[in-house]
Amino acid sequence: MTKITVKVNGKEYTSEVEGRTLLVHFLRDQLGLTGTHIGCDTSQCGACVVVMNGDSVKSCTVLAVQANGAEIKTVEGLAEDGKLHPLQEGFWERHGLQCGFCTPGMLMSAYDLLQKNPNPSEEEIRHGLEGNLCRCTGYENIVRAVQYAAAKMRNEEPAPIGAKEQVVESVGS
Amino acid sequence: MSVAPTKMFGAAIKRREDPQLITGQGNYLDDIKLPGMVHAAVLRSPYGHAKILKIDTSRAQAAPGVVAVFTGADMMDINPLPCAWTAASGRVQNNINTPRALAVDVVRFVGDPVALVLAEDRYTARDALELIDVEYEPLDVVVDGRKAVEPGAPQLHENAPNNIVFEWDCGDKAKTDAAFAAAEVAVKEEIINQRLLPTPMETRGSIARYEPSTQEFTVWMTSQAPHVMRLLLTAFVFGIPESKLRCISPHVGGGFGQKIFCYNDMAFTMWAARKIGRPVKFVEDRSENFKYSTHGRDHITVAEICGTRDGKITGLRADTIANLGAYISTIAPGIPTTLYGRILSGVYKIPAAYCRVRGVYTNTAMVDAYRGAGRPEASYLIERMIDRFAAEIGMDPAEVRRKNFIQPEDFPYDNGLGLLPYDSGNYEPALDKALATIGYKDFRKEQEEARKQGRYLGVGISSYVEICGVAPSAWIGLPGEGWGAGLWESANVRVHLTGQVVVTTGSLPHGQGLETTFAQLVADELGVPYENVLVEHSDTAGTPFGYGTYGSRSAAVGGTAIHKSVTKIKEKAKKLAAHMLEANPDDMVYEDGKVYVKGSPDRSKTLAEIALQASVAYSLPEGMEPFLDETTYYDPPNCTFPFGTHIAIVEVDIETGRVDLLRYVAVDDCGPQINPLIVQGQIHGGITQGVAQALYEQAVYDENGQLLSGTLMDYAVPTAAQVPHYELDHTVTPSPVNPMGVKGAGEAGTIGSAQAVMNAIIDALSPFGVKHMQMPATPERVWRAIHSSNNHN
Ligand code: FES
Ligand code: FES
Repeated sequence: MTKITVKVNGKEYTSEVEGRTLLVHFLRDQLGLTGTHIGCDTSQCGACVVVMNGDSVKSCTVLAVQANGAEIKTVEGLAEDGKLHPLQEGFWERHGLQCGFCTPGMLMSAYDLLQKNPNPSEEEIRHGLEGNLCRCTGYENIVRAVQYAAAKMRNEEPAPIGAKEQVVESVGS
Repeated sequence: MSVAPTKMFGAAIKRREDPQLITGQGNYLDDIKLPGMVHAAVLRSPYGHAKILKIDTSRAQAAPGVVAVFTGADMMDINPLPCAWTAASGRVQNNINTPRALAVDVVRFVGDPVALVLAEDRYTARDALELIDVEYEPLDVVVDGRKAVEPGAPQLHENAPNNIVFEWDCGDKAKTDAAFAAAEVAVKEEIINQRLLPTPMETRGSIARYEPSTQEFTVWMTSQAPHVMRLLLTAFVFGIPESKLRCISPHVGGGFGQKIFCYNDMAFTMWAARKIGRPVKFVEDRSENFKYSTHGRDHITVAEICGTRDGKITGLRADTIANLGAYISTIAPGIPTTLYGRILSGVYKIPAAYCRVRGVYTNTAMVDAYRGAGRPEASYLIERMIDRFAAEIGMDPAEVRRKNFIQPEDFPYDNGLGLLPYDSGNYEPALDKALATIGYKDFRKEQEEARKQGRYLGVGISSYVEICGVAPSAWIGLPGEGWGAGLWESANVRVHLTGQVVVTTGSLPHGQGLETTFAQLVADELGVPYENVLVEHSDTAGTPFGYGTYGSRSAAVGGTAIHKSVTKIKEKAKKLAAHMLEANPDDMVYEDGKVYVKGSPDRSKTLAEIALQASVAYSLPEGMEPFLDETTYYDPPNCTFPFGTHIAIVEVDIETGRVDLLRYVAVDDCGPQINPLIVQGQIHGGITQGVAQALYEQAVYDENGQLLSGTLMDYAVPTAAQVPHYELDHTVTPSPVNPMGVKGAGEAGTIGSAQAVMNAIIDALSPFGVKHMQMPATPERVWRAIHSSNNHN
């Protein structure tokens, strides 16, 4: 067992961990931060993405001991003072999630992306999220959600969804 | 048969489910921790087929932190898992073999569970697997459905000669043979619909708790159908009263069919929790999900189509081998039969059609419903064959489609394949809209120009129809349809004395946003604020029995059950309001959350006032029961048949075989949309799974039965960078089957898409004489197709 100290979402935790404990298991099982998910065993899916010292990492591929002294942000730390982060707002507004299982990882990868590129093109968003799989949305609305957040974070008005797609059906015959 | 245009029905509002999920406050199975809970790990067969000679668990039992180790022999006091296929009589063979909680004596595929370890934590449980010694005697293996039925093939089950699970057919064989004999043109092709891994991002699992004092189990499960699981596990597997089990689906991280079925981990966690007196948790890792949880598709078909030189289709014939894996999953035989053969002629008026299907055992994981379930296989086949036929007679594929469409006046339409009649449809406007959006005519010119410059563009059309809201019970419950169950749905609606409305339903969401759509529906119909409607689901304690959410059935069947309950509530409210206002019940009008006397709108009572009166109940009309509380068990008179046209444009790099999907247009008709934002999301995701089948995904077993695509490193679920932007549009043709006219949208995208992409690729390669290619169209396969065709220039 090794003693580690990690700052997660602004709060400092000191814990004993096994040398082989994965960061994702440390966050989920020891700190009870179950917002970070596990979707694979080969570092492909990105459900486990958190931001560590300013960069996104797959927490299933980092040992808890490697995080000693690090500063970590998880999905639980994204909203501040009870106010949703623009990315969270964007995912909600643009229907960027269905089952929600990939969402925490998507949010954290997108967070990293927008930190580094505040005005990404659609292609840059798609490439920036290549490490995260979503089986539900086909990514279309995830792209829109990130565009929405990017605009908001630049203090611009998010572009509306394409006219056809916004159609509100009038029902009846 | 219509509802008035209102504010909530049809509104693209954002989902009420989301605030929890975007802040990391979701509650998925693996997030649940119970006091005293132990963790389970499963030792799985490394062989595709073998006898188990000996299992020695003693070293594992002795390891620190290990609580217990069990094998299949320990669990002989519970039954194998049930299969809902009841076609025991008549012409259909019924050689059903279902899995047990753990394998006994023989393992039949790689991943078949052999032993169960329970330990204090997940790492210890995993470690202990390596301390179990199993002696196997390997047996011969067969993984290919075609080879499984050949003489001399390894046999999986004694009761299933030639590995045949069933032989089934539909349509008119004699008439079809005659149509082919008389045909001007006939085309034949081998069509393979490859095996896929459904891959919900959350894997599956179960947590079981047993309370000895009451002998009651509670099981949390990643399930799309907790009520059905409760029934199957109690009545069939454990032989205990249904009341002794409560099933709860927490947040479920995607299902796509894989989470409908009854799985062995539900049984072994229950069995073990009772045995050791502690809660037991089992969660698959991804490679276990790929190895053990159900797969989809896996058809090999010889398909034939015939017609006249001027483009009229006169016959369709298919002979299909459906590989069902080593055992039969819960509803497996219903997929390649009812949901495939019976819709094989698609959107076309084909006078003679016949389909034979043989379900077979192989040394592979079980195959059952995966998004679309049978219908993607059918629509892929017919849409590929239409293009094959069009190429053969040199006619534009859009024209061949137009020429053979079932016409609006033909509905209700009987396709002659033993399905209930198609409810409604108008196929040409959807095709026209899609052609216009893609700019079909201009594209043909552009394609020609591009070819001159050595660039190969192609366009692919897919006009599909599918079956949603599969019902009624009187049809689907028939022997030979393969379901052995009714497929109605339930809903209870109550108006509490505060005016709050509580809806409980047997439908349950795992991404579909049903809490939102159902609340929209109820808010509108009752004229109450959307915020005042609470939707409860997913727990067998507190919700009425229901068949669950799959088969795009929740809006058409579950939604209608709610609609009916609300209608009953309104009727009762009118009677009570008449009593309160001392008016004639026949003169009462329900509008905007109020009941008033016709002609004098100020003589009115609000729903809240009426609910209060119904609750305190000191003055009710003669014979009226207290409370506004109505339940409906809705069994629809027919299925619904959504349809549409999808068009893809691709560019193929003939040097490398790489395919670029440049544009994708989808025009879908699922009837009126309750929430277009949610419908679009369903279509986007659905299309992506079909595009993935066309371009990327395939579950591959080697000859020894090893799953080569056993991790996400080898199984190519597409990323955001591998799929295009989708251009969506729609038409609206209401269904006459239910009062809201809704049809269903959960699977349409998947059913419409794979063939649009494949037709486009083959169109692009037509200068090379390429007529057909199997999926997925990987660069290697495309390159080979170009180079093996005869007139390569
Ligand atoms: S859990 Fe899949 S990448 Fe980490
Ligand atoms: S929302 Fe379900 S996996 Fe992305």
